[in-house]
Amino acid sequence: MRGGKAPLNVDYQALVLDYARSPDQDAPRPVWHPVIVVGAGPVGLSAAIDLAQQGVPVLLLDDDDRLSTGSRAICFAKRTLEIWDRLGVGQRMVDKGVTWNLGKVFFREEPVYSFNLLPEAGHQRPAFINLQQYYVEGFLLERARELPNLEIRWKNQVTGLEPAPDGVTLTVSTPEGEYRLRCDWLVAADGARSPIRRAMGLESKGRTFRDRFLIADVRMQADFPAERWFWFDPPFHPNQSVLLHMQPDGVWRIDFQLGWDADPVAERQPDRVIPRVQALLGRDTQFELEWVSVYTFSCLRMEKFRHGRVLFAGDAAHGVSPFGARGANSGVQDAENLAWKLRLVLEGKAPASLLDSYDAERVHAADENILNSTRSTDFITPKNEASRAFRDATLELAKDCGFARRLVNSGRLSVPSTYRDSPLNTPDGDAFEGLMQPGAPAVDAPVRVRGESAWFLRQLGQNGFSGLYFSDGGDLHPVRLEALRSLAGGAVPVQPLLVTPQGVRPEETGGIPVLEDPEGLLTRRYDAQPGTFYLLRPDQHVCARWRRFDPGLVRAALARATGNA
Amino acid sequence: MLNTDLNLAAPDDFYEALVELHRDLTPEQSRLVNAKLILLLANHIGDQAVLRQAMAKAREGIIPACQDADLRTLA
Ligand SMILES: Cc1cc2nc3c(=O)[nH]c(=O)nc-3n(C[C@H](O)[C@H](O)[C@H](O)COP(=O)(O)OP(=O)(O)OC[C@H]3O[C@@H](n4cnc5c(N)ncnc54)[C@H](O)[C@@H]3O)c2cc1C
Repeated sequence: MRGGKAPLNVDYQALVLDYARSPDQDAPRPVWHPVIVVGAGPVGLSAAIDLAQQGVPVLLLDDDDRLSTGSRAICFAKRTLEIWDRLGVGQRMVDKGVTWNLGKVFFREEPVYSFNLLPEAGHQRPAFINLQQYYVEGFLLERARELPNLEIRWKNQVTGLEPAPDGVTLTVSTPEGEYRLRCDWLVAADGARSPIRRAMGLESKGRTFRDRFLIADVRMQADFPAERWFWFDPPFHPNQSVLLHMQPDGVWRIDFQLGWDADPVAERQPDRVIPRVQALLGRDTQFELEWVSVYTFSCLRMEKFRHGRVLFAGDAAHGVSPFGARGANSGVQDAENLAWKLRLVLEGKAPASLLDSYDAERVHAADENILNSTRSTDFITPKNEASRAFRDATLELAKDCGFARRLVNSGRLSVPSTYRDSPLNTPDGDAFEGLMQPGAPAVDAPVRVRGESAWFLRQLGQNGFSGLYFSDGGDLHPVRLEALRSLAGGAVPVQPLLVTPQGVRPEETGGIPVLEDPEGLLTRRYDAQPGTFYLLRPDQHVCARWRRFDPGLVRAALARATGNA
Repeated sequence: MLNTDLNLAAPDDFYEALVELHRDLTPEQSRLVNAKLILLLANHIGDQAVLRQAMAKAREGIIPACQDADLRTLA
């Protein structure tokens, strides 16, 4: 919760979320809501918070009365934390989570490769934290409860839907019988098995990998570091791979590859699991099994994520194997991509076709995630004898050949997509270097605001567009200043921000927030010069940039980024 | 461009060395040695276009006679 007064020691796994009767259930005809989100997983919760925070009344339905149980997501990526910062829960996640940046890969007994996922300083958030999914959902839930325009109904299962050109009618089943609801827009975040997808006769297609993994969450005192350790063919689990991760509360995640022939029921039994864990830890380490499951993984996606007034997000829309931690992470990015677009459409400030860019951008992202996840899975689970030989050859060469280390693939961990070909981008007209091309998610950097140390991403408009003007700190021409100021007054407001070198600022800033760039990192990361202007979307992706500020060009880019061009 | 003209100074010596490389190896060991050799040479060549041409050439005229068993495609 904001203000640092978080409830202590809530057992989120045991939390029962009570069903409460809604007046909607007694209404003579289906009650209308602008947006209904189905599914209170990490994706539905993030989408609902984002929408509500932007002023859209949201109804969130979930068929269950519990948060996530068992061994599910644990690795949450930097970009996800930045999104949650915008939603007001990032710090809580980081405070509770285990921060890590380093990964190590072992072949048999020897370390062959290690990687630092955040090799440079000057970012507020680490590459990753590990945090049990039930904490993530619990923290999101508590944030959701702070928002008066966000209502959650537990034990409300969507059992039928009638999509129409002007809205969607839902049938909802509760412990007290069925009722019906209507909405303009339906966000289907109802998970991998998505009953909504099924009800609409749609499919998520792809490949299932013929392999099984034992996922054990183990409670113990151990002195492994907070790093991602991955073994190929270790002596304690020959011919297969093992992954070890630290979680909060002294819980460790261990993934044992079992192969396709393993019996998924027998392998879950403690008498099978305990010896496997002991083989890794040694016989003397005391531990308790928290949760054990056996999984098979798939890479799948729906052909389209937008179907008229139904928008699919998260696991409902796509699925990946967990090596790379791209499931929940990409789903939260779906949610933030969708929220601002839906808000603009609901406010009548953008045409419904803006939502087609949700489809284009997030399908592209899903393909990137599926490609990475498939490549990792193909390395971890070779397809045939030849690919097994290449895998082993790579690992053996990795000991003393640099190039082979870069081929070792134990998971390419979640990074956000750059929407390079997005229709919302205004292509560069001026020459720029570096990563901050149109479509890229804005990177962080340290700044100083009113003399205090702060972080760049936290200064961006909470729910709207931002316009970043890099100045040399000298006085601004009154006309330019007025043009910058007036950005905030349009139908779709743009929050102007002024970047200056440390210690110099124009005499008159017209109330525009000033960000000092103490180390010059912001300027460098954005390849900026005095006069450079960046237009950033509400989801912090770059949509246009120029070497000089021209209000006409900014207006045109803004129209384009909101589907109004 | 992949060079398919003779580029080896002593072709017979090379061929002999290649055969010699696999002396007394089981098929599995040979497979590993070949895999390492391909990886080392591929990295040395570096040029992705050349590598793709070489892969296509190597695969030319070979009709798959089985199917990888360990992957399932969902409908
Ligand atoms: C072993 C394992 C490890 C993983 N590790 C990671 C990781 O480290 N990092 C990562 O990013 N991802 C990871 N994932 C993936 C991650 O768990 C999922 O991607 C994530 O939970 C998807 O969130 P979601 O909100 O889309 O769906 P879900 O979390 O599945 O939530 C869907 C919600 O919809 C509700 N629902 C379903 N049907 C209905 C209905 N008809 N009416 C109302 N409500 C309904 C469900 O009750 C549920 O609450 C892992 C997954 C597994 C299995």
